[in-house]
Amino acid sequence: MARVNRLALALLGLVVFLALWEAAPRLGLVNPALVPGPSSLPKAFVKELISGNWGEAVVGSLGHYAVGLVVGIGLGAIFGILTGMYRTIEALTAGVIRVLRPVPGLAWVPFAIIWFGVSPAAAVFIIAVGVFWIVFFAAFGAVRSVDRDLIELAAAFGYRSGWARLVKVVLPAATPGILVGVRTALGQAWMSVVAAEIFGVAGLGQRMMQASSLLASDIVVVYMLTMAALYGLVDIAFLGLSGWLTRWKA
Amino acid sequence: MAHQMEGLIRLDGLALAFERDGTRTEVLRHLDLTIERGEFLALVGPSGVGKSTVLRVIAGLAHPSSGRISVAPRADGTPSSVAMVFQDARLLPWRRVIDNVAFGLERLQLTKSARRARALEMLDLVRLEALAERFPHELSGGQRQRVALARALAVDPDVLLMDEPFSALDPVTRHTLQDELVRIRAATAKTVLFVTHDIDEAVYLADRAILLSGSPARIADERRIDLPHPRRRDHHALVAATEHIHRRFAGDSYADGDGV
Ligand SMILES: Nc1ncnc2c1ncn2[C@@H]1O[C@H](COP(=O)(O)OP(=O)(O)O)[C@@H](O)[C@H]1O
Ligand SMILES: [Mg+2]
Repeated sequence: MARVNRLALALLGLVVFLALWEAAPRLGLVNPALVPGPSSLPKAFVKELISGNWGEAVVGSLGHYAVGLVVGIGLGAIFGILTGMYRTIEALTAGVIRVLRPVPGLAWVPFAIIWFGVSPAAAVFIIAVGVFWIVFFAAFGAVRSVDRDLIELAAAFGYRSGWARLVKVVLPAATPGILVGVRTALGQAWMSVVAAEIFGVAGLGQRMMQASSLLASDIVVVYMLTMAALYGLVDIAFLGLSGWLTRWKA
Repeated sequence: MAHQMEGLIRLDGLALAFERDGTRTEVLRHLDLTIERGEFLALVGPSGVGKSTVLRVIAGLAHPSSGRISVAPRADGTPSSVAMVFQDARLLPWRRVIDNVAFGLERLQLTKSARRARALEMLDLVRLEALAERFPHELSGGQRQRVALARALAVDPDVLLMDEPFSALDPVTRHTLQDELVRIRAATAKTVLFVTHDIDEAVYLADRAILLSGSPARIADERRIDLPHPRRRDHHALVAATEHIHRRFAGDSYADGDGV
């Protein structure tokens, strides 16, 4: 199918979806207080914007998101690479990983609250835990599958220390695999942000929950769409970055 | 001190075995080999005989279970160096051609611009300066081997180790690169240890060809080819040397029951 056709159909589908959504409350099929039509959203959005709630929530959530990602990606990549490079480390950590890995990310919420209280640090912790495992396994797998011949090549040219091997071959060769993990982590982390904030940490999720307790369903929808839009932007930015980092690929 | 040592590289009673699933395969047993300074020595033999293993031992990538490798130091007393060209080029796919050539230079005390200049000079030598900014996947097989050769020459090694560098190329490209190697070798006066399973190639390029055969590998034949470069491929001396090694090659294979 031609590109233009696909785009036209996608737009048509979106318009039909919005029309049905708008029609349902207007025709009295559903209670307008429970399902606010799209036409009510701009007003709700402007109200949130002017009160400053929206900006504050966005900044808060993006802050947790960014810090949680940096911590989770950093630690996951470091441990994943080390575990992939050294069999001894892999053997040492195998037992611990077996115990900790199956624990769902959200099962860390109680400890996050005990250790950090209902605070940004708790949100960062929950996000980082989820991201850590994804990036850890991606980095481990990517390092393990680095072409042995390239490592031998590095040795033939005198790069024999662990550090030289890492910098000259392992890290660049493993980068595409690590980036695949990072992309998965970006989505997972966004879910953790909302989850952590639903437990009360200030941000989009918390503001959404406040609105829902006031039955302000239009504001709830505004925040849902805000989350979708922010994630879309992050993903596009990431694809640009990762395309640039792996521009050497055929 | 240096005078009493014969040859640039000497292998004395080299032995090496691989252990796998409880079975021990002796690849080398008491192998003696001397590579003279400045010579082009070809190592021929059937696939699996242990040619790559010999190169890897010399490059320090594999360790013999017994025996000695001695490499004579340079005139100024500093240790001699080796550089390797592999059959599969082994370019780093994330580096542009010029940065692949500069790979071995990065551990030397050189500024970035000095490394670049040296890499460009080597690309010029292999006639590839126009492709300096390409990535490896944008090159043909022959061009990749030229880059691999430039990368090895860039570190100005005392010995160039080449492991079947042209065997994956089509016949026309292979002949071109053989002639390029002859030209570059004349220009740089490098000592070359060249591994191949192609007897014609060995005889065409080398000052001396050694046939490895059997398991564990031993030297089954040795030919000196005293013919100046550039050579004619159909020169009677080359044909005679090829014939001779071929007969040994075939005779030994039947005797050892490891056909080629
Ligand atoms: N890492 C290894 N483990 C076990 N056996 C090996 C290994 N490397 C090479 N060999 C064996 O050693 C022998 C010689 O190999 P190689 O030196 O690569 O031969 P050639 O280069 O002459 O084709 C072969 O029989 C091969 O199977
Ligand atoms: Mg080989």
